[in-house]
This record gives sequence, structure tokens and C-alpha cells, in this order.
Amino acid sequence: MTMNREFLINSILAIALVAVPLIALGMDEPFIITLATKVAIFAMAGVGLNLVLGYGGLVSFGHAAFFGIGGYAAGILASHALNYEPIMESPFLIEGTTQMIIIWIVALIVSALVALVIGAITLRTSGVYFIMITLAFAQMIYYFAISWPAYGGEDGLSIYVRNGFPGLNTLDPISFFALCAVMLAIAMAFSAVLIRSRFGLALQGARQNPQRMTAVGIAPFRIRLVAFVVSAMITALAGALYADLNRFVSPTMLSWHMSGEIMVFVILGGVGRLFGPLAGAALYIILEHLLGGVWEFWQLPLGVLLLLVVLFARGGLVGVLAGERKHV
Amino acid sequence: MFSLFLEQLLNGLQSGVMLFLMASGLTLVFGVMGLINLAHGSLYMVGAFACAAVAAWTGSFWLGLVASLMAAAIAGALVEMLIIRRLYNRDHLDQVLATFALILIFSEGTRWIFGSFPLFLSVPDFLTGTVVLGGSFEYPLFRLAIIIAGLAVAVGLFLLIGKTRLGIRIRAGEADRGMIAALGVDIDRLYTVVFALGAALAGLAGAFVGTTQSVQVGMGEPVLILAFVVIVIGGIGSIKGALVGSLLVGFTDTMGRFLLPHLFATFLDPSSATAIGSALASMLIYIVMALVLFLRPSGLFGTAA
Repeated sequence: MTMNREFLINSILAIALVAVPLIALGMDEPFIITLATKVAIFAMAGVGLNLVLGYGGLVSFGHAAFFGIGGYAAGILASHALNYEPIMESPFLIEGTTQMIIIWIVALIVSALVALVIGAITLRTSGVYFIMITLAFAQMIYYFAISWPAYGGEDGLSIYVRNGFPGLNTLDPISFFALCAVMLAIAMAFSAVLIRSRFGLALQGARQNPQRMTAVGIAPFRIRLVAFVVSAMITALAGALYADLNRFVSPTMLSWHMSGEIMVFVILGGVGRLFGPLAGAALYIILEHLLGGVWEFWQLPLGVLLLLVVLFARGGLVGVLAGERKHV
Repeated sequence: MFSLFLEQLLNGLQSGVMLFLMASGLTLVFGVMGLINLAHGSLYMVGAFACAAVAAWTGSFWLGLVASLMAAAIAGALVEMLIIRRLYNRDHLDQVLATFALILIFSEGTRWIFGSFPLFLSVPDFLTGTVVLGGSFEYPLFRLAIIIAGLAVAVGLFLLIGKTRLGIRIRAGEADRGMIAALGVDIDRLYTVVFALGAALAGLAGAFVGTTQSVQVGMGEPVLILAFVVIVIGGIGSIKGALVGSLLVGFTDTMGRFLLPHLFATFLDPSSATAIGSALASMLIYIVMALVLFLRPSGLFGTAA
């Protein structure tokens, strides 16, 4: 029964994500479409984190690093294309671009490489050490972005015209929303396939009982490292979209507050649930919009709500509505 | 140049000593209660604001200092009894989130009460000016006083942990909490005391550092992350590790920022030497941390993670 209820809730979430911007389009409310786009992008960042956090049981407190790397990939490539300055001339020529597809590929490759290095070091540890070290590495990249003057440093980098996608006017809010929603759907479908695969079962097995996984001949370290890299890539892709949404990228995207927020999306929605990040991101954006409109200090009630969710509603929004706590 | 080097060395010591006040509380709370507390930086902020507000109201820095200790300890004890206590048996994820929520509440609450503008704390009159430390080398008297006060607190903490009955209980709590509860120690009260002690140390650090910089919302967060780096390097739960880690991080950070631009200037043009040097310097302590972890995954003085 509960499985059916969770399926129902998931369907409502998916329909709402598509229906709300369409209604907003009809009522000529572009701001609502932007909010829905933000939900889709944040949900995608959460889908990335959920892979390691929910299914792998690895509490990464540094996913802002990958979110920001994706953002900077978009910002740096676009700024070079705008100034007609190649990024690198020797040994081979690399030029900037305003094509989203190329930006995404760069974001995926760079984030994968960085995640490989961070993961190889952090996954040697566990528990609290893992939390603190992922946080510390993200801070390292944050401080690097602040003190490196070439790309705006603390002030950030503007993207003057939103990057392009073949056959789509990305400046049109509903088209850009559609692009983000499709990317989110792909990320969620990929994540759903992945966790049901042999690899996904091994990842969840490594969370539940690493000794037993080792005993059957699967090394948890390698499984976790692959999951960490894939998770970073999904979050980086969301970061590239977020930079294009705001047409701006700054070290704020790399800050530990961002890591905390991505984690909050996952937890508010429900850890280790496919639609958890979407529910959490939607709830967060709605609260930000409603509370922020009423009271300047809206993060205070948000903090209280988050505290209550952690203390009393451990399955998150989807968990509470579906009426069953998933053992994670 | 040499006196500048000496000055940076003392600044490194000062930053290390202040970090120790933060990191010791964090590592105690983790060692005894197994709790990861992100809101430790908020207690640092509470101390700084209490000191600034009371010093401005009464005109006495010393009353402000007492207020910082009291306010942080009371805030710590209240938070422990109301919220933190429910988290000891939870996994680290719940602890991270709940204390992240506490940061939102503390920061936004402070902004609500005091506004977004930074407050300033002034140094008491007889500690202003500089002191001559041999030859022509001068150092601000107040910074020297902070170093001495911080070292005195560190010695006091070691004595407290090593020599007193409370210290014995704290160490016993780290070793086997079930056993000391069975021996009739009120474990709930012990936890509250340990948490308040850590909070008071953080509040004191906040008041000291607030006097040399400005007092503002969010001031605790960079320090919190440095304190994490410290206890990861030193080994979580180890006070000795926190001391060694604090000094290592304090010196590495300060000297890196000072020396690296000079180092790069020997073979690069000045502007790119400054850019590369300062960018690398800001990453230096994390590189040190990665190296330590690579060699010893549970820190310098840590037991197996």
C-alpha cells in the first residue's frame, strides 16, 4: 500500500512541476516559471547528492564544490567566447564557447576529475572524518575561487547572454525551464536505473554491511569512489544550469552554505528516495518565497522547521506523506 | 624584514592559540558525546556579540569578557538540554542537519536583534599601544596579551582534564559511557557541563578575536571550518591533537600568506607572484590536511576512526 502511496505522491510532484510553469505561462507570470526552473535545478543537484548520501550512506558536506565547478565551467567558457580570447593556445588551442552542450561536457569532465582526487583521499576515511574532510576540500576550492583574480575573484563572473542550445531560444523562460526539467528527468531516470543495477545494489550493500560486501569479493572503496564521481557529475551539471539561470556565477555557489542547502533539499524531501530531492527543493523554494515575502529574517523559521523535521519527521516530506520510514 | 618575519610568527601563534580555544571544545564534545557540532561557530559569535554589547553598555571591556563567557556557556547549556541531548543516539547525518539548522537560527536571530552592521570592540586603555620585544622589534600589546591569556586557558584546560575530578569523569566518559553511568555519575549533567565548557571556550575566543577584528554575523563560520581542519589533523577527540593541530594550522596559514608571495616573486613578475602566492596560500592548510590524512587517516593523535 505504502509503495502505491509513494508512487501517487511522486506522480503528483512530477505533474505539479510541469503544470505550475505552464499555468504561470498562461497567466503571464514569468517569475513563477523562474522559481520552477530553480526547483528543477536544485532538485537535480540533490539527485546527485542523494546517490552518495541516500544510497551510499556517505555524508558528503562538500557538494557545493561540484555545483560551483559546473557553474564556473559555464561562466569561464562563456566569458572567453565573449572576449574572443582562447583559454589556452599551446600545446593545442582551446577556445571559449557559448554552446551549452560543450559546457556540460566540460563541466562533467572537470567535476569527474576533481571528484576522483577528492574521493580517493576522503573515502579512505569514514564517519565524521568524511563529513569534515569533504567540507574542508570544498572550502579549499571556495577560497581558491575567491583569491584567484582572473575570473572575478570574490565579485564573481557575469554571463552576459544565456548560453545557447541548438534549436531552442534559451532566453525564453519556458524553453529554458523545459530544458532544465528534461535534464532533471534524465538525471532521475539514470539514478533510478543505476540504483537497481548490480552496481547500485553493491553500493547499497556497502552502506548496510561493508564487511559482507568485502567477503563476497566486492571492494566497497571502488564502488563508493565511482558513486562519488557520478554523483559529483550530476551536481556539476545542475551547477552549469544554475549559472545559466542567473547568468552569473560567484564563489557563493561554492560556499559551505550551498553544500548545506543541497543537503537540506535531500533531507527535507526524504533521504534515499528517488523523488525526495524534488519534494525537498520544491518545499524549500516555496518556503523561501512565502516566508521571505513576509519576514526579512525568514531563515529563522526555516531553521526551526528543519530542526523539527530532523528531530521528529525522519523520513522527510515524502516519508511523512507516504506514511513509512525507509531504513537508511 | 626580520622583524616582519618575527611579527608574522607571533601572529601565527596568536591565531593558533585562538583556534585551540575553538577546537578544544569541538573535540571534547565529539570525544565525550560522539557529537559533531556545526553550531560551535555560533557560540563563538554569541561570545563576541555579548562582549561587544556589554562593553558598549557598561564601558568596561572586562565585564564584556565575563559576559562573553557567561552568555556562551548559558547558550551552550540551554541548547544542549533542549536539542543536542536528543541527537546523541542519532547518526552523524542527523547531527549535521540539526546543528546546521541551529546555525540558521543563531545567525538570523542575531541579525534580527543586532542588525547587519558589524559592531566594534575597543581594546582597554592600558593594553593599547605596542611593546618592545628586544631591539627595535615592536608588537601590539593587546595581541601579546591574547596570546598569553590563550596559553593560560590552554594550561588550565589541560590541568582540568588531567588533575580534577571533573576531568577524570570527562576522560572516563570518553572511554566508556555505560560504565561511568553504572558507577553513579549523572551522565546527563556531565554532558551538559562538557558542552557548556566547550561553549564558554568558544565564546571567549570570539570575544578576543572580535577585539582585533569586527564583530558580525557569520564571523564564526570560517573559524569553525578551520577548527574542523585542526581536529581532523590532530585526531578527533584528542585535546593534545587539538593543540598540535591548532599551532600547525595557525603557523602554516599565517606564514604561507606571508612567505609564498615573496617566494614566487623570486622567479615571477610581482603581480602574478602575488596572485598565485595568495591563491596557493589560501589552500595551504587544506593541502597539509590532505597530506596528514594520506599518511595517517585518523589524524596525528587519533585512535582508529
